[in-house]
Parts: sequence; structure tokens; C-alpha cells
Amino acid sequence: MPKITYIDHTGKEHVVEAEPGVSVMEAAVKNMVPGIDADCGGACACATCHVYVDPAWADKVGKKEPMEESMLDFAYEPKENSRLSCQITVRKELDGLVVRLPEFQG
Amino acid sequence: MGGRMIIIGAGQAGSQAAASLRQAGFDGDIVLFGAEAELPYQRPPLSKAYLQGDLAAERLQLRPAAFYEKERIDLRLGVRVTTVNPAARIVIAEDGEEFHYDKLLLATGAPPRRLDCPGSDLPGVHYLRTIADSDALRPVLAAGGRLVIVGAGYIGLEVAASARKAGVDVTVLEMADRVLARVAGKEISAFFEALHRAHGVDLQLGAGVRAFEGNGRVEAAILDSGEKIPCSAVLVGVGARPSTRLAEEAGLTLANGVWTDDHARTSDPSIYAAGDCASCPSPIYGRRMRLESVPNALEQAKVAGANMAGGNAVYDAVPWFWSDQYDAKLQTVGVSEGADRTIVRGDRAAMKFSVWYLNGARLLAVDAINEPAAFAVAKKLVAAKAPVDAKGLADPETDLKSLVL
Repeated sequence: MPKITYIDHTGKEHVVEAEPGVSVMEAAVKNMVPGIDADCGGACACATCHVYVDPAWADKVGKKEPMEESMLDFAYEPKENSRLSCQITVRKELDGLVVRLPEFQG
Repeated sequence: MGGRMIIIGAGQAGSQAAASLRQAGFDGDIVLFGAEAELPYQRPPLSKAYLQGDLAAERLQLRPAAFYEKERIDLRLGVRVTTVNPAARIVIAEDGEEFHYDKLLLATGAPPRRLDCPGSDLPGVHYLRTIADSDALRPVLAAGGRLVIVGAGYIGLEVAASARKAGVDVTVLEMADRVLARVAGKEISAFFEALHRAHGVDLQLGAGVRAFEGNGRVEAAILDSGEKIPCSAVLVGVGARPSTRLAEEAGLTLANGVWTDDHARTSDPSIYAAGDCASCPSPIYGRRMRLESVPNALEQAKVAGANMAGGNAVYDAVPWFWSDQYDAKLQTVGVSEGADRTIVRGDRAAMKFSVWYLNGARLLAVDAINEPAAFAVAKKLVAAKAPVDAKGLADPETDLKSLVL
């Protein structure tokens, strides 16, 4: 299964094995990675599953939809590589993906 | 801090409160009772992706089983609590087992209001709250025929959208003269009415149901007008009632739900309440409210959990909500009741607009359709309680971001 590394705001790494088809958010919640709230459960309605995608993976994770982009505009400390992790689906091409977590969600 | 915390109700609020107790450093026993057999799960997809068969039941789980093990949360699933005795500080489960508590949380939710008319107990008349309810409704979507939906609230309209997606004929019967009458403004009602009709829904407003008929199974709905609508199944979505029986029998104060203060404490200092069952003062609106929504359940549960563990958290969250129907995402901030003016921004025909509800210069609420920026800006403005620039808001050229800077 694809491995995903979540690096929390203190620098601690959480490596999880994620099932293809679930979202990067779901893989974090299922593996108890702290720092992803996901209040709306993946409906792209709340912006509490914000992550920074490692620049090396920017192309592979795909583009943001306009809805997601607008939500991220108002997230805590948005950056160019900000994504809502509920909108990234795990695929085998994402094996090795690295994302960083902001200090706060929402 | 040791002792034992008991949580009654394993929905979004109950599950979150258990997590928040641990986050607040509570180290003693946590017992979480759930009437359903499933691990705590999210209900919103039950009328949408899960109903449509696009999401496995396991993906509804709020937290994995390992979470409850790791955090030493004693899950009692499929177990109803029948009695709360606040004098002795015990709860009694349906099998007779007694549990002493130091602090108790009522997170009992708000089950659907039931219709009581001739034929309302016929097989084929559905309600929607649990995984089991959604599982029972799914074959209706696969079988085709006509689904009659009673009530044009969020449950009714979301199921209507799911059913149309599955190719099922849908009639929606709403007693009021517009959809979402209880929760949204006229502009939003008009938008969703047109949207559902464009997707082929037979939407009848001002239509009350007098009875259901059928030979061993529902076959028709009879309207107050006498009109008969043949159907293969019925979904009733006519609101919810807070589950307050335990609180009432325990002698707690009720106020359209279980009364709490802004610390989520009930009239008994050892008992807290959170989520759909609780009515809590809102510092933003200066009045008591009972909200039926996931975000509110989470926020109140965080407050309750922190305070049960000895903290001093205050509930002051901005209410918000969302609904997905066809290609429309509605995001709501705040509560529009009491508004004396509405401002519409954006393009209704393009399905991208927002309705701003004001009272004087104060922004009370916003309904945003496919317009997350409006939602995000409104969340900040409603929380700030500060006067807004109504003129700027009404000007389509104004950049929304400038309103919060």
C-alpha cells in the first residue's frame, strides 16, 4: 500500500500505509495522525484538513478545484502548496507522498 | 485527574467529548454508551454518498477502533441507558448493570419526529437517522418506482437529490409555502425549488399528508386535498425532537432540549449536555438556541469535555452548516432569524451566489451557494459581531476580502 508521511508542526513524522481510493485526510484520521480535524468528514465544507504538499509532489497530487482553492484562501496560513487533504485521493503513484501540517486548523 | 466519566450517546458529540476529555488530560475511566451497534460514525453521508452506494460503511467511522483502545475508552455499543440517578450519581443500563459516575454527559441527540396518521406505520414508510435507516432506504433507490418524500427540509431534499441521481421518480410534499422554510431565507428556498424541479422532482408546496394507504405495504399517500399519489415507498423528514427523556426523569431543567449554561453544564453541576439534545445560550446572538448540526455538536462536545476534566471553556462558536444537493453546495453561517434586510451577491443563474442577512448594520447570517469565499468571510464577520459595511456589501464590485481586513 502507498506510504504517506505526515510531518506535524513540531517536525514529528507520522508514516502511514494508506489504502488506494481513500483520501489523504481519511488515511490520517484512520491512523490517528494528530493535527487533522476534518470536521465535515470530507465534504470540502470546512477547511480543517489543511496540509502543505511537499513541493516535490506538487504535480503528482493534481490541481485544486475552484471550491477548494477558495476555502484554502481563508485557512490558517495558506501557502502556494496548500491543499485540503480530503480532496486528494490516495493512488499508488502517490507512494512516498510527504505532507506537512499547519499548527492550527480552521 | 481520576474518577469516572460517563457519556450517553455515541454520535458526533459523544465521540468528540471522549477525545476531548483525554486531550484535557483526564486520566480516569471513560465509559461511552451508544444505542447503535456501530462504532461512532458520521451521519451526513447517510442521505448522500452512503445512500447512493458510493461510500462503504467503514468509511463513515469517525475514529478507528484502535483509537478507543489506545485512549482507554470503554465502548458500550448496542446498549441503551434506561435511568440516570443524579442523587446517587449512577446510570443504569438496559441489562440492569449500574455505573457510578463523577461527571456525566448527555449526548443523546434528536431522533426524527414521527408522523402519526392512518397508515403511517405501514412497511415502506421510512425515516432517516441511522446507518440501518439508510441501508433500508437504499433498495428503494435501486428498485425504481415513485418515492414520496414528506417534508422539504435538508433530509428530504438531500434524499430527493440522491433518488433522482439513481433515476427514481420523486414527489416532495411540503406543508409550508416554500422549501427549507424553517432554516433558510426566501431567496435560498426559491433557488432550491427551481433546482429540484429542473432535476425532475415533482415538488408540491402547501401539501399536507392525511394518510398512507396500502395492502400490507405503503402504496399511496393521500393529501389533505384528497389527491392520491401512488408510490413504492415513503421517506418522512419532518424535523427532529431532542431526546430528553433521561434528563427529564432525572429532574434536570429542560428548555426545548436539555438546558445548559455556556459551559455546557446542565442544572445539575455533575451533568453536562452537548449536541442536538442540548439548548445552550449563544453569546453571539444573546439568546438560547438548540442547533441540529455536526459543527455545533463538535464545538459543544469540546467545551463539555474540557470542563468535565476541570477546565473553564466557554461555548461561543459561530453556528455553521452545509448541504450538498446535485451540483449545489450550500454553506450556511449563523442564524438568520431576526434579520430585517437581505443582500444578494453573485449570480443566481450561474449557481454561484450568497445571501447576506442583516439586522441594522449587524450581520446575522449568510447562505452561500458554491461560494466558499462568502462563507469564510461571513464566518469571521458574524464572530466579530462588529457592524458591517452594508453599502460595500451590496456593491458587486466590492472584494469580499476587503470586508474583513
